[in-house]
Amino acid sequence: MSDDLRVIQTDSPPAEGACRTQGFGSPLQLSEEHDLCPGCGEPVALRAILDAVETLDLAQRAIGVVGIGCYTALTSLIDLDLIQALHGRAPSVATGAKRMRPDSLLFTLQGDGDMVNEGLQEVIHAAARGENVTCILLNNGVFGETGGHMTATTVLGQRTKNSLEGRDAAYHGHPILIADLLSRLGGAGYVARASVHDAPGVARARRYLERAFESQMKGEGFSFVEILTMCPTGWFVPTAEGPGYLDDVLAPIHQLGELKRDGALVEPD
Amino acid sequence: MSAATSRRLMEGSEAIAEAAIAAGCRFFAGYPMTPFTELLEHLARRLPEEGGTCINAESEIEAIGMAWGAAATGARAATGSTGQGLSLMQESLSEITRAEIPLVVFNMARGQGDYFQATRGGGHGDYRHIVLAPIDASEAVAHTQLAFDLADRWRHPVLVMGDYLLAHTSEAVAVERVAFDPQPSKDWAVDGSLGGSGRSRNLNPIGMEKGSKGIDPDRFWRRLQEKQDRIEAAEPRHETFATEDAELVVVAYGTVARFARYVVQELRAEGAKVGLFRPITLWPFPSEALAACTAGATRVACLEQNAGQMIDDVRLAVLGRAPVVPIGGISTDPAGFGIGRLLDAAVVRGRVEAALAGRELDTGVVV
Ligand SMILES: Cc1ncc(C[n+]2csc(CCOP(=O)(O)OP(=O)(O)O)c2C)c(N)n1
Ligand code: SF4
Ligand SMILES: [Mg+2]
Repeated sequence: MSDDLRVIQTDSPPAEGACRTQGFGSPLQLSEEHDLCPGCGEPVALRAILDAVETLDLAQRAIGVVGIGCYTALTSLIDLDLIQALHGRAPSVATGAKRMRPDSLLFTLQGDGDMVNEGLQEVIHAAARGENVTCILLNNGVFGETGGHMTATTVLGQRTKNSLEGRDAAYHGHPILIADLLSRLGGAGYVARASVHDAPGVARARRYLERAFESQMKGEGFSFVEILTMCPTGWFVPTAEGPGYLDDVLAPIHQLGELKRDGALVEPD
Repeated sequence: MSAATSRRLMEGSEAIAEAAIAAGCRFFAGYPMTPFTELLEHLARRLPEEGGTCINAESEIEAIGMAWGAAATGARAATGSTGQGLSLMQESLSEITRAEIPLVVFNMARGQGDYFQATRGGGHGDYRHIVLAPIDASEAVAHTQLAFDLADRWRHPVLVMGDYLLAHTSEAVAVERVAFDPQPSKDWAVDGSLGGSGRSRNLNPIGMEKGSKGIDPDRFWRRLQEKQDRIEAAEPRHETFATEDAELVVVAYGTVARFARYVVQELRAEGAKVGLFRPITLWPFPSEALAACTAGATRVACLEQNAGQMIDDVRLAVLGRAPVVPIGGISTDPAGFGIGRLLDAAVVRGRVEAALAGRELDTGVVV
């Protein structure tokens, strides 16, 4: 085992206690208090989602379907109609809800473990069917909630609780680049990957979310926004190093940008 | 539909599909498996004609997920399958129960080996579903509509338990609309309209409540259990035939009860003191009624097409007041669809006569 692997205790809630996101509120948040770790990217991503809903004036048409991961605890704070789904199962639940409420803005919220491990076939089939919903992935490359274990999106070399020496292709296999995979499916109209590790990144995440929601409201089929989020606890790095780690380790593999717009693949620049 | 008042020859699957539509079901999702397949076929054809949707799901897991989402918006929604598919659905069924979402599930079983799966909850956690077990296509029409009514009334999943014979036998059936008491409004359903109002909803199976951090599982589970206690008291259903002075009471459900009813009628006409008790709800099991109508019996015979599952519930109801003997057994066809030799009036008659005479039966395999 490498010496420089700092193991942060993740068997119980963080010792530092709740992080108050002071002055960070959206009108669609019922409370700003939460128990996620300091430096976590998920509250930032959630805020970007709420901002996009707010900007497009869709709050009174929105239905969210939520998976199971750290972000789930945040959903008590969201003032939107929600359906809590099982770990891995949000896209099918969103499908049924959207078919019965075609005028609503239907979005899902899933982590990488939830979407790309437990329930991968759900998002693939929803995309291929051209299901007119927006699936949102919060990708931190680990099962954050269980304490930092390898997921299907963990990049090669990334250390997790069950890839202590780093993810090794020969032993653990390769990561799945889910946005790339989904962009190739006929039913997908809009596919993009953003991050929340710096201010321009957050602005870009909001822009992509707005485009995805607009595409759904125009009935253009499946839309997908992946958002890379910091998980300093599950990455075993100090809080302040989270954004840098995201930029250096995750973003070179899960590359940021739009992959598909108006049903056409976007050429990388 | 004009056929709603006239009888027409149709197989059980079609009768159930028409009854679901008559009950207002507008969403269905499924994955083919014998003997459930034809129900999916009929709904795939009929629901779009009625302005509804039927999705050919990628697996039973997604089929129930889709039905979950549709039902969460307040629509009448259903799914269904056969044993294996039902096994795949159990995680969702359990959580749907806790999220209190009304869902109807058609469980077209292969024989009666899935009694435990249907009546013990089937998945993780402390819960049970209402299970209706129609004896024939006409009763399935009534039960399908009752299932949607009960699901909405209790905000609880309801299983309609059928089998190969029910699904595939063509009978003259009238799909008549059953009238029910008015339902409470579905103000719990998500339609997206309350965003930003401070009163938005969260249809949540783990007890999360809007605006508050954390959960209180004890309080949440206790509240759900109290509801299940009320269902258990209010909803047991059964039918009896000639049990008043019966020395032998035969207990059977579903298709098997149809054979039992014929044989018990025949033996009664010949003077034998035999009666039939038929549970209509497998959960809640009609225990009190069974205890009452076996009070004077010298023997209770459980006829089921499996190695012995419902007999546990029968014994719990009879509580040792009379011997409870199994007279059914494993009995299927080479394909495993549950069309075994037990489904034959002569075979059933022989087994009831043995019970009347106090003879032991080999219940391992019915040959
Ligand atoms: C069927 C099932 N298996 C496992 C779990 C346990 N579990 C809860 S959250 C989680 C990991 C979540 O990881 P991810 O989806 O990446 O979200 P994150 O916590 O990283 O935000 C797991 C494995 C579960 N809830 N259900
Ligand atoms: S473990 Fe990771 S994803 Fe979970 S709250 Fe902490 S930082 Fe966020
Ligand atoms: Mg994760």
